[in-house]
Amino acid sequence: MSQPGLTDIELISKILQGDKALFAQVVERYQNYVFTLVLRFTDNREDAEEISQDIFVKAYRSLADFRGEAKFSTWLYTIVRTSCITFLRKKKLDITSIDNERTFLQLENQESGFKANVIEQKSRHAMVNEAIRLLSPDDAQLITLFYKGEQSLEEIGRVMGLEPNTVKVKLHRARHRLKEKMEKYFSHEIREIQGN
Amino acid sequence: MKYVRYRGIKVTNFETTIMEPHIQMEERLWDYIDGLSSPDEKSAVETLIARNIEWLRKYKELLNIHQTMQEAELDAPSLRFSKNVMEEIARLQVAPATKTYINKNIIRSIGAFFLTLIAGFLVYCLGQFKWSGSGSSSSVLPRYDLDLDAKMRTFNWSRIFSSAYTSVFVLVLVILGLVMLDMYLQRKKQQSAT
Repeated sequence: MSQPGLTDIELISKILQGDKALFAQVVERYQNYVFTLVLRFTDNREDAEEISQDIFVKAYRSLADFRGEAKFSTWLYTIVRTSCITFLRKKKLDITSIDNERTFLQLENQESGFKANVIEQKSRHAMVNEAIRLLSPDDAQLITLFYKGEQSLEEIGRVMGLEPNTVKVKLHRARHRLKEKMEKYFSHEIREIQGN
Repeated sequence: MKYVRYRGIKVTNFETTIMEPHIQMEERLWDYIDGLSSPDEKSAVETLIARNIEWLRKYKELLNIHQTMQEAELDAPSLRFSKNVMEEIARLQVAPATKTYINKNIIRSIGAFFLTLIAGFLVYCLGQFKWSGSGSSSSVLPRYDLDLDAKMRTFNWSRIFSSAYTSVFVLVLVILGLVMLDMYLQRKKQQSAT
């Protein structure tokens, strides 16, 4: 039975008591968040869907380990990160660091394709999502966690193993790089937005 | 003198104006937009935005990006996604919490066991050094006989196993082993009772 008013903690508590069907609500609530984060790593919808499904299965299996000390989205992100890294290691893709030049090369090579695609999708949202995809996976994750995961700098720091101040500096840099990408590839759309 | 935070360092307003002014402006504005500025810094930035056209232009530009990112929609998986997950978990059960089956005492005992083992080997190895240097040598380093192969062949193993140190070491290992076995059996008993 659907219980939309329940908080994450209440939902999880009921699931742990045996109401397995309620996990569908958890999935509904976080599927876009998880799927978007995974897409930041893989950039392939089929792979992203498979990994996201696996993430929710893992989350369900280890639900008893969620102690409610952090937000559920924070806990879920730790599974997202490890699952994505494991998946990409299996595929032998290089995703280890934001400073990794090969990652940038892979992304730069995709830019012309994205640009062509975005000419057709002129919406503001599509433009931002495409610009985020042009960033390195770490930058894209950071921006998604901050804006869409509604995570504080402390929470992001905890899951990424960084000091909050370092997260802040990285976030500044990520946004700066995003701004550069937007100016480089979507200057026309930006002018339209600013004109509105 | 009025101080502000610049990259985690307390500096004067004068100092900040000579340090990478463009980057500093962006960082201060992002902190302001994110609501991370202190009340003093907040009012300082507000004054700058109100009085300086360059600050106002940059503020509007960053605010635009901020709002666009806030409004950006998340990607959605296929419509069957939720059903697929539920079908997958239908045949699974929630695993017991890690803390219920990882007993800290067992981990401590295992740690103590290995520490004792390492300490025992260290004591034994140090015992093999010839600590007294030759009369003419001024070296303070211990001299170690590298002719191990010949030594091993003529080594009297019974001397090691009859020494008091070895007996104590073996005794400690046996006690630790018994403690761990006891913990394991108690746990088994509890599990079979529930």
